[in-house]
Amino acid sequence: MSGVRALILEQVPALRRYARALTGDRERADDLVQDTLARSLSRIHLWRPAASIRPWLFTIMHNLFLNERRRASRTVQLGADPAEPAADRADSRALLDDLDRALGQLADDQRAAVLLVGVEELSYDDAAKVLGIPIGTLMSRLSRGREQLRRLLDGEGRPRIRRVK
Amino acid sequence: MSGAPVSESDVQALVDGRLAPARAAEVEAWLAERPEEAARVAALRQDRDALRAAYGPIAAEPLPPRLAAEFARTGTPSWRRAAAAAAIFALGGAAGWAAGYFGHGHDPERRDVIREAIGAHRVFIPEVRHPVEVAASEEAHLVAWLSKKLGHALKAPDLSAQGFRLVGGRLLSDNGRPAALFMYENSAGLRITIHCVAEPGASETAFRYREIDGVAAFYWIDEHLAYAVIGKLQRDKLLEVARATYAALEKK
Repeated sequence: MSGVRALILEQVPALRRYARALTGDRERADDLVQDTLARSLSRIHLWRPAASIRPWLFTIMHNLFLNERRRASRTVQLGADPAEPAADRADSRALLDDLDRALGQLADDQRAAVLLVGVEELSYDDAAKVLGIPIGTLMSRLSRGREQLRRLLDGEGRPRIRRVK
Repeated sequence: MSGAPVSESDVQALVDGRLAPARAAEVEAWLAERPEEAARVAALRQDRDALRAAYGPIAAEPLPPRLAAEFARTGTPSWRRAAAAAAIFALGGAAGWAAGYFGHGHDPERRDVIREAIGAHRVFIPEVRHPVEVAASEEAHLVAWLSKKLGHALKAPDLSAQGFRLVGGRLLSDNGRPAALFMYENSAGLRITIHCVAEPGASETAFRYREIDGVAAFYWIDEHLAYAVIGKLQRDKLLEVARATYAALEKK
């Protein structure tokens, strides 16, 4: 049993990264991670050892996220707080704010697809399972999500200098 | 050349680097004739890199105490210590503490336990006649002997569910300290080794992964013993073995 706990612990950094990008807010992200841990640790017995633990944890997180979004209805605006002028911010901070704002404007399901594939590097198969959709649907959400993100980032009116490395 | 028309899914998979090389070449050739599409693909790659750069550092942060507390709340005492250790040191990042502990940290004098263990793995697994000093037929004697040498009660975990049977074991020297090696083999003749060395005073860690020249290792510290499960296996498969090993050692 403890072996599974070690595996879950190993995934916490990735869960935090995904939750942060998904919610656009540090505290809400860790709330979501905490709920995910509480649920997964109490349901270790439901995990099939033959399966990889990563998709299982992301699935739990995704479902919790959806529940929370339903509760909060559509009134909550995702994304960063109104930002100070870009010139006053450190570059990395400005990048994060820009991306938070752009991601916040994507539909939840598109944002999730873009992040699970692009940042968390889940296979298309695993990402589709996490989101509970067929792989074809995942591919179209991925495509539409990335396309919108591109337009939003291009629309910032600055040259595309956001590549950090 | 399959010559199939290039779909939007092909373009996405190209951005993600998930196309087979032959198909990727076809899609690249298709893009070469369509500058607008090529520019779009470049922008999509740039956006993906930006996302990774912006959110990546979050995964290298130390675990916030309230998240560590989730593990402590439900765990055994040894788990509480592991969670506490994890709260102090970032997990998953390149600056992970076990990385430093196991030797690619800042102390040049500190030996690299994992490199040593992988080296021993390489030396002994090709041996046909003398892969081990004590064969599995004398398992009880082997375990008692190595336990005595290391000063800790060791175990040769049962990995039959993972398809591996014990070949035997041997005593090694790890920079002048005794270390134990257990060798296992599957029906295809693939050999893996489990290394064990005493680390008095060390705290528990989570699983760590490292690969040197195609040989992979999962390693961790538990109850003042450092373990490494080593083999030329897919990461998933090796993890399964490491997990089974950990579970078997937990059973007192």
